[in-house]
Amino acid sequence: MRLRPAGGSLMSTSLLVVQILNGLQLGVLLFLIAAGLTLVFGVMDFINLAHGVQYMLGAYLAVAIYALTDGFLAALVLALAAMLAFGLLLEFAVFRHLYDRDHLDHVIATFGIILFLNQGVKLVWGAAPLSLPMPELFSGSVKLADGLLYPVWRLVVIASGLAVAALLYWLVAHTRIGMLVRAGATNAAMVSALGVNIRRLFMIVFGFGAMLAGFAGIMIAPILSVEPGMGDTVLILAFVVIVIGGIGSIRGAFVAALLIGLVDTLGRSFSVDILRLVMGPSPARTVGPAIASMLIYLLMAVVLYIRPTGLFPAKGR
Amino acid sequence: MDEPVLRLQKLRKSFGALVVTDDVTFDLMLCELHAVIGPNGAGKTTLINQISGLVAPDSGSILFGGRDITGLPAHARAAAGLARSFQVSSILPGFSALENVALAVQSRCGSSFRVLGRAAAEDALNGPAMAALADVGLGERAHVPAGELAHGEKRALELAIALAMRPKVLLLDEPMAGTGREETARLVELLRRLKGRFSVVLVEHDMTAVFALADRISVLLYGRILASGAPAAVRADPQVVAAYLGDEME
Amino acid sequence: MPASLAASLPRPRGGLPAGMLPAGIFLVLALLPLVGSFTGGSYLMSLGSRVMIFAIAATALDLLIGFSALISFGHAAFIGLGAYSVGILSAYGITDALVSLPVALAVSAAFAFLTGMVCLRTTGVYFIMITLAFGQMAFFTASSLAPFGGDDGLIVAARNTLAGFPLLRNDRTFYYVVLFCLLATYLFCRALVASRFGRVVRGAKENPVRVATIGFDVYRFQLAIYVVAGALAGLAGFLLANATEFVSPAYMSWQRSGELIVMVLLGGLGSLDGAIIGAAAYLLTEEWLSGVTGHWKVIFGPMLVLIVLFARGGLIGLASAVVRRFIRG
Repeated sequence: MRLRPAGGSLMSTSLLVVQILNGLQLGVLLFLIAAGLTLVFGVMDFINLAHGVQYMLGAYLAVAIYALTDGFLAALVLALAAMLAFGLLLEFAVFRHLYDRDHLDHVIATFGIILFLNQGVKLVWGAAPLSLPMPELFSGSVKLADGLLYPVWRLVVIASGLAVAALLYWLVAHTRIGMLVRAGATNAAMVSALGVNIRRLFMIVFGFGAMLAGFAGIMIAPILSVEPGMGDTVLILAFVVIVIGGIGSIRGAFVAALLIGLVDTLGRSFSVDILRLVMGPSPARTVGPAIASMLIYLLMAVVLYIRPTGLFPAKGR
Repeated sequence: MDEPVLRLQKLRKSFGALVVTDDVTFDLMLCELHAVIGPNGAGKTTLINQISGLVAPDSGSILFGGRDITGLPAHARAAAGLARSFQVSSILPGFSALENVALAVQSRCGSSFRVLGRAAAEDALNGPAMAALADVGLGERAHVPAGELAHGEKRALELAIALAMRPKVLLLDEPMAGTGREETARLVELLRRLKGRFSVVLVEHDMTAVFALADRISVLLYGRILASGAPAAVRADPQVVAAYLGDEME
Repeated sequence: MPASLAASLPRPRGGLPAGMLPAGIFLVLALLPLVGSFTGGSYLMSLGSRVMIFAIAATALDLLIGFSALISFGHAAFIGLGAYSVGILSAYGITDALVSLPVALAVSAAFAFLTGMVCLRTTGVYFIMITLAFGQMAFFTASSLAPFGGDDGLIVAARNTLAGFPLLRNDRTFYYVVLFCLLATYLFCRALVASRFGRVVRGAKENPVRVATIGFDVYRFQLAIYVVAGALAGLAGFLLANATEFVSPAYMSWQRSGELIVMVLLGGLGSLDGAIIGAAAYLLTEEWLSGVTGHWKVIFGPMLVLIVLFARGGLIGLASAVVRRFIRG
């Protein structure tokens, strides 16, 4: 079935399906990053702007390790371990001294870390984009329907993201540590007063979050290029996700991430076509991309106007 | 004038399954001091919060000077003449005691959208503010940062702020909470002097103060008004004695 | 000194009596071009102009962060809007400051009003994020303005004329115009903070519920100061476009907004004159370090972290502590 709007462009359902899948892939990626971010924020009330560079660092470490081991799986596992270690180190050296400071201090300190790491990777690996080859097994395309080919790796990314989401759900809902995290996200002071080793909990949450961000970076590296500053845009998107989803809520992050992934991808693909329905082709081509890049911010503004604390805030209303 | 200056009609508020305000009907006449007493958890502070506009009732209405203010935001109610003090001292700790009260005077004294002229130097503000501070016994402590005041002094500052607003109705939420004997006596004396000038709703636990000051007493239990009337009648009411006063009176 | 007065006057800072620090700063700034004429070249003056322009924006941001507890992470957008007003008008042949400046101020103020209406319904990190979002919207809009350079930016043919006279083309005159604007901004903000209006806003920072129950509609006051801060940043943008004769979406990036916050913090929150020092410290460090190595951010980043960890009260606080210890020891 094809739609033919004024202007003669073609909007086929296969293109729509491809973009929906792309939107899901972006959504899943955003979820992986947002999950760690919302946990750290929810449990420790800590604004971690450096989460984006953790995503970037995961990708860089995978590239570096791959150069040594020549195996994707090895690179993945070792880079994740390295990210966990890095996250724990960062928490120990810097962040734990800032928990009782106000948000502004968090913003500045983590901003400093962004500057340091963005420049640092340039120093070590140079400014040119690097690439990480995907595993041979998953490097082809699969036929989903007549005339619809989709890269296998992107499906792997979606699948792994959903798997992590399921794992997180199980961890948070059915384990003791998950219960502590949920409790901490609602009322950290109370959890501490109940005698739980809150320091250790924070460290674990932070390390795990760093690992999630790194995992996202590693999985997406074969598709995007690995370069300095790659975490910056993603960071903003992740913050938009957790603000819309509600801070401290993994469920909220999941819903919001998929929503944003879809809105952003579909918006970018079809904004010009949709606008052509109401205005001429030339203004549509100028206004379309601008609106597309703003779409998620407009969405966030609308959501916050109606629900100033997001859709599923952990601390309740 | 027969019209009550403040009237609550069938006010209801629940937090989830917990009914905190249960069909409360209550009124305050002009220049009356109407005390609200009851055990902890009876919903007294929530009631005050609903009247002052910090909490929205689920149903029912609040009439202030005959006008329905149920939908009005807190600042509009304050501007209309409804002042309150807080059970847990809510002051501006970085401001001096004087500046705390001067801000309250400012709300009554012309536009605050003035961007020129130093507010701290305005006699029109400082004069009444110093007077209010003197009234509550804080005259000597005017320039101390409010955060550094002793607990009893903070309670007095709470009162001064409310008074400086020149309100029509004063809502006082446990002004004597945590104050020593001397301080309490001073506050009682102050409230006695103010009785003719303001209409007051006084939430309190200190029974001596309540019976010394109140023209009428309402007893709140589990969100419901158990009894309401002249102090002597309430004191003698067997239900009230059983539920509450029995333990409170010596 | 009575606390109430102290809150509104320039405080004794850096170990110096009240008022001396800002007076000193402006004296140094006024004399800078004379020093420059000895060292030769207009490098010092253009650097000084740049510092002062960002000082205007930082002072405006201090009104929000330091006095109102409104952490705006999208303040660079207003600089960009002011700059683009100049650039776009210039592209259409309108080059007089008597038109460009009011337009720049009006556009920034309008954007601040519309976005502030939405932002101020939120608090805390939500506020930070939504200001960031609006900043990003401005950034993306500018990037997609193909007729005005898009990503690459737009060259402004020449500096604005002043009532037809090309006064601003002289670097020294321009420098003093910028200095005048900074002085005016500083004095205006000082007066604002000490005024009745300022007292309500400062009170709302301490205890918004209390201020509301005293009878003030905090939202309206915060919106007003948000608009003022936006317009002042628009002024900075107007001056920036004239200084560099170039406008670019990069003026509005979130990294720029972050840098502004750092400038305010470096000077010490809520100090106004500190914002000027903070802007100077940041930009001078950037100049110096980038001369040392292209990778200067590797040093600057950890420096920020250390400052946050150890130098509360910004550089001035640090300086006062050092001076006090020196006097004592």
